[in-house]
Parts: sequence; structure tokens; C-alpha cells
Amino acid sequence: MANLKDLKNRINSVASTQKITKAMKMVAASKLRRAQEAAEAARPYAERMENVLSGLADSVKGVAGAPKLLVGTGTDKTHLVIVATSERGLCGGFNTSIVKAARLKIQELTKAGKTVKILCIGRKGFTQLQRVYGEKIIEVVDLSEVKNLRFSDVSPIADKVLGMFDASEFDFVTLFYARFKSALTQIVTEQQLIPAAFEEKEGEAKGEGLKGSIYEYEPEEKEILSTLLPRNVAVQLFRALLENAASEQGARMTAMDSATRNAGDMIDRLTLQYNRTRQAAITNELIEIISGAEAL
Amino acid sequence: MAKDQENTFHFELVSPERLLMDMAVSAVRVPGAEGDFMVLPNHAPVMSTIRPGVLDVYEGEGKTPEQVFVRGGFAEVTPGTLVILAEEAVLVKELSKSNLKQKITDAREDLEDAKTDEDKRKAQEAIARLTELLTAVN
Repeated sequence: MANLKDLKNRINSVASTQKITKAMKMVAASKLRRAQEAAEAARPYAERMENVLSGLADSVKGVAGAPKLLVGTGTDKTHLVIVATSERGLCGGFNTSIVKAARLKIQELTKAGKTVKILCIGRKGFTQLQRVYGEKIIEVVDLSEVKNLRFSDVSPIADKVLGMFDASEFDFVTLFYARFKSALTQIVTEQQLIPAAFEEKEGEAKGEGLKGSIYEYEPEEKEILSTLLPRNVAVQLFRALLENAASEQGARMTAMDSATRNAGDMIDRLTLQYNRTRQAAITNELIEIISGAEAL
Repeated sequence: MAKDQENTFHFELVSPERLLMDMAVSAVRVPGAEGDFMVLPNHAPVMSTIRPGVLDVYEGEGKTPEQVFVRGGFAEVTPGTLVILAEEAVLVKELSKSNLKQKITDAREDLEDAKTDEDKRKAQEAIARLTELLTAVN
């Protein structure tokens, strides 16, 4: 039987762990609120951008010499997979599930005989992918210095990707991140960045009411597209990273919440055991005294 | 009031980080890539990229316009709405000349101190940006 001192020590150590997880949960909760606000504030821009672009894209798609960012390079030999994860751990299955989804995609692509390149945003995804796909990782973006993600933090990443695309280093770009649904649920999402893919929103798009062809364009459609498409890549990336940040905090909050609860359960169990042991020791002592007295 | 509504249209200014303005206005002057244009209610639908410059937002007749510096983006005009998506948008009244000049000098110093190409590029970008802002304020 464990002795009393050991049990006491266990209880103390679990209690201090619980204090830490509780604090982390609280911090995550307040960060989550901020991250969520940022993600929501970024939504209008990305949505408008998408509306305008999908209108424009329809009118240009059939035309020869349409921008490569829109229609693709014509081949699909090389794929770039962007894996966006967090910089810190202790957030449940958040990073693992993103990496898992990305890994499945990579396996599928490799099986189909395509060349895969990987770009990691966030240290955690990199450490997980490094072992298996180390030689495929072409770039790791470290955002651990960045506290509040701003558009100016993201545009260099987008520029780098676009630069490599222009140098025909790959034909397709797919982005993996976790979309924020609620603090409890984050949805791992695969999004094709290049060539630009637009979700078909039947009926929803009528809010704007006007088809792309009615607009007068200044400068020409093609020129507008050629400035808008690269910006769209940056905007989509920015939105994805904001969603990711909110998801990360949400995942951490739930993970830390259950850790705190587990610690509480453990303390209860240990305290019970401690009390039982203590009682047993007292009973034992009493028996010894009584039997000693009887022997006299 | 009814008359007011006829003479206004819906204006939105959106930057990637947030929705900056969302209100009814009577006129907006937009620095288009191929020249400034004034957007009034019932404007023909236009889609235009914008050059770095100042937006003049008129909330009503006779009122002094609210000035906003915008950079990199485009304007979408429909008869009842104007949506401007700008990569960067700053209210001009929040900028002060002396402050900007100070920042430009700082950035120049950064450029001289820059060791790596990356730092140099950053400093140069900052200078270009601040100079644009300064011309906008003047």
C-alpha cells in the first residue's frame, strides 16, 4: 500500500498541474475571443472578393490567354501542399488532424505519380511531417513571432508562393487548415488556391444581382484579373490563417478544459485513497494498543 | 428624410482586416487607376482598380468630406452601392504630417542600417508607402 506521504505528494503535484491547465484554458478562452473577432472581421473582404472574382472569371474563362492563376498551367504534374498549423502544442488533436488530412492527400498524389512539394506554415506541422516527407518540404514559415496576425504578415508568404508559381515550380496549390466552426468543432478543410476555385453559390449570389458582363471595366477585364487574382491568393491565405488561429485557440480551450476536469477527477480519487489509507493506519494503531492492553 | 434617401447610396469600405465604413453617402470621389471619378447615386456599374490615393466621402450635401487614404484595391460600383476593397485604408484625419515625416526619417535610418537584403527591401517599401501617405495628406 502506498504510504501517506507519497499520496500527499501525488495530490499536490496533480493539483499544481490542474492550476496550470486551468490558467491555459482561461488564456485560450480570451485569445479565442480575439481571434474569432479577427476572423469574422476578415470575412466581408474575402467574400466580396470572391463574388467579384467569380463574376469576372466567368466572362474570361473561355477566352484564350486567360490568366494561369485562373485556368491552370494546363498540366498537373507538380503539386504544392500548404499545411497551416499552429506554433504551439497542447491543443488537443488540432495539429494532428490537419497533418493527417494533408498526409492522405500527399499519399494520394504520390500514388498518382505526381511530384509533391510541401510548404509548412507553423512549426508543429513541420515537426510532424519532417520525418516522413523531409525532402519534400521546400519552405517553413515561422509565425511564432507574430502575435496578432495582420495582412502584412501574410502577403510575403503569398508573394513567395506566387513567385514560385510564376517560375513554374508547380501547377496546383492546395491549402490545408482548420475552419473554425465553434470552440468545440474545427473542420479540417482542403482548399484549392491555384488555379482559383470558386464555390458555386446558386441563389446566394443574387444579392449583388448583376452579372459580370454588365459592368464597365476600367482597365480591361484581363488587366483587372491579373491584379486581382494574386491578391485573392493572399486574401484567401490570410483568411485561412485567421480561421486557423481561432481554431487553434478553440481546440486548446477544449483540450485544457478536459485536462482540468481529468485532474479534478484524479484529485478526488487520490484524496479518497489518502483518507482510506489514513483511516486504515489509525485503525491498525488502535488494534495494536487494544490488544497490547488486553495482553496485560 | 425621403429626399435624403433618394440622394444617397450605400457605401462600404473593406480592408482585409475589417469593415471600415458601412453607411449611406451622397457622393464619393474614387482615385481610379485611370483617373479619379466621382460616384453618385445611380452610377452605371463599373469595376475599376484603384491607385494609391485619397477617397473623398461625402455624407451629405454641404458637409466636408471624410478623407480616407487607400492603397491597392478596387472599386465595384452598382447603381445603389459602392464597394471598395482596399489592401490598406487609413483615415486621413488620423495621420499627422510631422508624425509621418518623423516616420520617414526613421525608415531612412533603417535603410542605412539594414544588413540583409530582406531588411533593405522592407525599409524601402516602408519609405515608399510613407511618402505616398505624405503626398496624400498634403
